[in-house]
Amino acid sequence: MALNDQQRDRIRAAARQTRIDAIRMTNAANSGHPGGPLGMADFMATLFLEHLNLTPENRKAPDRDRFVLGNGHTCAGYYSLLAQKGLVDEDELLRFRKLGSPLQGHPHRNHDIGIDFSTGSLGNSLSVALGMAIAARMNGWPARVYSASSDGESQEGQIWEAATAAAHYGAANLTVLVDFNNIQIDGHMRDVMDVRDLRVKYEAFGWHAVDVDGHDIDAIDAALVAAREETERPSALICHTVLGKGVSFMEDQPGWHGVAPNDDQAREALTELGVEGGELEAMLA
Amino acid sequence: MARAPHMIAPPDQAPLLASASPQKVATRNAYGEALLELGQSHPDVVVLDADLSGSTKTKAFGKAHPDRFFNIGVAEANMIGIAAGLASQGKVAFASSFAMFATGKAFEQIRQSVCVPDLNVKICATHAGLTVGEDGKSHQMLEDVSIMRVLPNMKVIVPADAVEARKAVLAAADIPGPVYVRLSRAATPVVFADEYEFRFGKASLLRDGRDLAIIATGVTVAAALGAAEALESEGIHARVLNMSTIDPLDAGAVEAAARECGAILTAEEHQENGGLGDAVAQAVVRSFPVPMEMCGMHGAFGQSGKGDELLAHYGLDAAGIAATARTLMQRKGA
Repeated sequence: MALNDQQRDRIRAAARQTRIDAIRMTNAANSGHPGGPLGMADFMATLFLEHLNLTPENRKAPDRDRFVLGNGHTCAGYYSLLAQKGLVDEDELLRFRKLGSPLQGHPHRNHDIGIDFSTGSLGNSLSVALGMAIAARMNGWPARVYSASSDGESQEGQIWEAATAAAHYGAANLTVLVDFNNIQIDGHMRDVMDVRDLRVKYEAFGWHAVDVDGHDIDAIDAALVAAREETERPSALICHTVLGKGVSFMEDQPGWHGVAPNDDQAREALTELGVEGGELEAMLA
Repeated sequence: MARAPHMIAPPDQAPLLASASPQKVATRNAYGEALLELGQSHPDVVVLDADLSGSTKTKAFGKAHPDRFFNIGVAEANMIGIAAGLASQGKVAFASSFAMFATGKAFEQIRQSVCVPDLNVKICATHAGLTVGEDGKSHQMLEDVSIMRVLPNMKVIVPADAVEARKAVLAAADIPGPVYVRLSRAATPVVFADEYEFRFGKASLLRDGRDLAIIATGVTVAAALGAAEALESEGIHARVLNMSTIDPLDAGAVEAAARECGAILTAEEHQENGGLGDAVAQAVVRSFPVPMEMCGMHGAFGQSGKGDELLAHYGLDAAGIAATARTLMQRKGA
């Protein structure tokens, strides 16, 4: 069933809030990775609002859906969405990366706030998500397991070990959303080490795989619906995105993979995201 | 393997040793048997292997419980990751391969996906050490204890024989969090009678003496008992401790050995760097420093040969341990 206007508005608002939070959090931490969360905001918001069955009430239920952030460095956006869903205290967001905060520089498993697994080392998480999916099936749980990944992470060999095994085990309850933005730390992915056509690769590994415009929330929603209807194969959504989407000076700039905006840059970014007047000054105070 | 046990240690220490001319059984065989028992007693136990299920002895579990067995193929990193995912959902995941590959290829996954989230993954690795034999240095894992014991949350157990291996594997299922169990390919002497009770985190006193203490682990425990026998005939009374749990180490037993014997010799089929010797040395310098020597690999890789030949070549048989014990006694000034 297609999204209605109300759903669209909610997703767009959540994506905008994710971008605002990612700028504020990395600015406050004076470290972190703003570019990825901005690029992923639209598909992550669609997933978290319309598909991922995770709420403050069910966060400790064994049979709820699971989420594993394979590209763990993009966690500012993940934490923002957990806060928007009521799992993380909003005040905590600005303690991101600070001593004693549960919002670690890369995600650490914490059932109190709905973080299902510890990640941060690229390549490891698709195997973990597959283990979760197998366990859910063994236990007769309706849970779906979602994992985010990226084009850069697809350079890791373990991703393809996991892809092989997921198809072998027919893990239809597993869906990976690949942030394909053609950027990695050292530059454009196609210059550093081109992973080429990931849809074709996942298909060759036996997956249901589709290319999606990672900023088209209707297309993302439709692809997630199709993934849920799969009964035999795991699903891969190759989400084509622009790193830094929504902030013109960050868009498609490898330098914004892992550098935090300073106060002036944060002001400019938040202004571009439509924050103005007293709200802007309060955020920057 | 039931036989009449005879008591060597005082009753309150109560390890039960096997008869004088023991049979030989590989610890990996005991692992396979223990898994079958766990299959019955622990419905949450699942087993993963990486295309070595015939050699690691997980195959029998796979036949008995095909819905709880996962042969991941030649992909050890993926195996550990899947095991972590299963464990995160309440399963108790036993993952097996050869020690070289289980800990070497998958070290990063063990650290990030198992130890950081402190999950119930039990890595039971076979074919550890020199006693792999003819396959040579590519397969003779001599660094695994080191890289496992350095990891926070990981517990490290090196059974002395098949009796202890079976009981340690059964215990591992109920020890919370990650556990590494080091197992051997070769049939090695059975040290313990069936009545022996494995106590996690506790050294067992196999023979008492006050001139020096030999603290051994794994296949060198039987050799240490042989060495003590030889030393006894020379008037040197050696205490022999089986240190099957290397992490957490029984520091109390080490301190008592240091205070009561005044010299400590460690023995292990492993690099001296990072292994039992290092662990014991830490406990000694923190409690009651005494002269120490170590029988282990002096920073070299192994080579092809028969397991027994290799142990003798590198000074890890009874004769080699006794020789190092004599050197230690000279340092002690006895």
